[in-house]
Amino acid sequence: MDINDVRGLGSVFALIAFIGIFWWAYGSSRKKRFDNDAQIPFLENEEMPAHDDKDRSK
Amino acid sequence: MSTAFDHPEYNYKVVRQFAIMTVVWGIVGMAVGVLIAAQLAWPALNFDTPWLSFGRLRPLHTNAVIFAFGGSALFATSYYIVQRTCRTRLFSDTLASFTFWGWNAVIVAAAITLPMGLTSTKEYAELEWPIDILVTLVWVSYVVNFLGTLAIRKESHIYVANWFFAAFMIMIAILYVGNNLAVPVSLTKSYSIWAGTIDAMIQWWWGHNAVGFFLTAGFLGIMYYFVPKQAGRPVYSYRLSIVHFWALISIYVWAGAHHLHYSALPDWAQTSGMVMSLILLAPSWGGMINGMMTLSGAWHKLRNDPILRFLVVSLSFYGMSTFEGPMMSIKTVNALSHNTDWTIGHVHSGALGWVAMVSIGALYHLIPIMFGRKAGDMHSVKLINVHFWLSTIGTVLYIAAMWVNGIMQGLMWRAVNADGTLTYSFVESVEASHGGYVVRVLGGALFLTGMLIMAYNVFMTVRAANKEAGNAVAAQA
Repeated sequence: MDINDVRGLGSVFALIAFIGIFWWAYGSSRKKRFDNDAQIPFLENEEMPAHDDKDRSK
Repeated sequence: MSTAFDHPEYNYKVVRQFAIMTVVWGIVGMAVGVLIAAQLAWPALNFDTPWLSFGRLRPLHTNAVIFAFGGSALFATSYYIVQRTCRTRLFSDTLASFTFWGWNAVIVAAAITLPMGLTSTKEYAELEWPIDILVTLVWVSYVVNFLGTLAIRKESHIYVANWFFAAFMIMIAILYVGNNLAVPVSLTKSYSIWAGTIDAMIQWWWGHNAVGFFLTAGFLGIMYYFVPKQAGRPVYSYRLSIVHFWALISIYVWAGAHHLHYSALPDWAQTSGMVMSLILLAPSWGGMINGMMTLSGAWHKLRNDPILRFLVVSLSFYGMSTFEGPMMSIKTVNALSHNTDWTIGHVHSGALGWVAMVSIGALYHLIPIMFGRKAGDMHSVKLINVHFWLSTIGTVLYIAAMWVNGIMQGLMWRAVNADGTLTYSFVESVEASHGGYVVRVLGGALFLTGMLIMAYNVFMTVRAANKEAGNAVAAQA
């Protein structure tokens, strides 16, 4: 086995990795989970109120 | 700056600092760009002064817009996004503060040394070794702080934007150090440890990934957070974003060889660089479509939201330049485009249209929040709209001028007479480029004008916010 076999195997490995990632991302059992993950930016209030923050006035 | 705007949980101070400096360095870097564009149209503008000459100011322009403007935008947005999506404060306030002051020290050092002619001559890596060491220290602090924040996160999943930021900063650390390894001979002079063709390959391994990771992966992180936020809906397909991420980062690193077509680089390496560049179209467009489609069902928001317009048009330019790039990497196309202004136009379609416009959109969303206001609540929405049109028209003028110039230069250089002699001398192609150079100055000046309007808008927003905060404090007292 010379260096070119290793290079060839590298391409095969990359293809398998890609198919694996694709399968993992698009597997139907994980759909709900990813839909929830997409909501992460919306999990908290938008504002950082400084001058009208009620807690701040206490 | 008062402490009135400090967030009870997050470190907004460093975000605020970097956000303001993004605007400042953007104006400085783009002003130098307009000056050197004008020098190409009217060479007398170098005033026969060495430190105002094109050769010294061009690296100052590229370093200022990429690392000072783009870098500050990345620091500001990544620190902001990582805290909010992990729902935790930054790992270390001290490291955050060090990255701010350290990074700005690097920029000032660059602004002093480059016009003096102190350079390692590597493109986008011109800074001499003492500055490189400071860059490395700042960058390692940044990586530790960012990954440290991910480690202490309160949200179990790491949001996709953070994956892009993490890949960007880790790859830049590796590439920057690898490419800048050098033997110093004095405080201001060093020689690369790499030699000949290997040096060229290492340089473009870095150079193209300055584009791929610094100017793309990092800004895709911005896109994956701010486009959904500004559109008020989650990203079109989270699953596509995962495939997008892994495909993009695993292919980009192999594309750099396309900068060395028809050089001493072995032919197989050139061809593999070309093939990888062509494959890159798929993940690039996957990401672009993912961003664009986030607006499906909400396109009407574009009608009265200039911030969203900035973000969406930046994605159009991203799609356009990531189509153009693979096309230019094809060897036969490259034979025409290489060393012409077409390349400069391609870079600016990405740099102005994508990087700058997505950053500007993110900043208009973020800066009001940093000063205790609602997202996007700037002093004047009308001025954001004016800025949007100046940016868009400026970019289009710039890249159209460079397309015309570039293709014309390529055709003139390769034209031969029946007896095999060249039809045109080089200087004839320079002379023919004058019109395009003047249009480019105009395009750049429009873009710069937009940035000045932004600075005014930011200033007025901060002033009003300070006044409101002052009144609130007075009312409490």
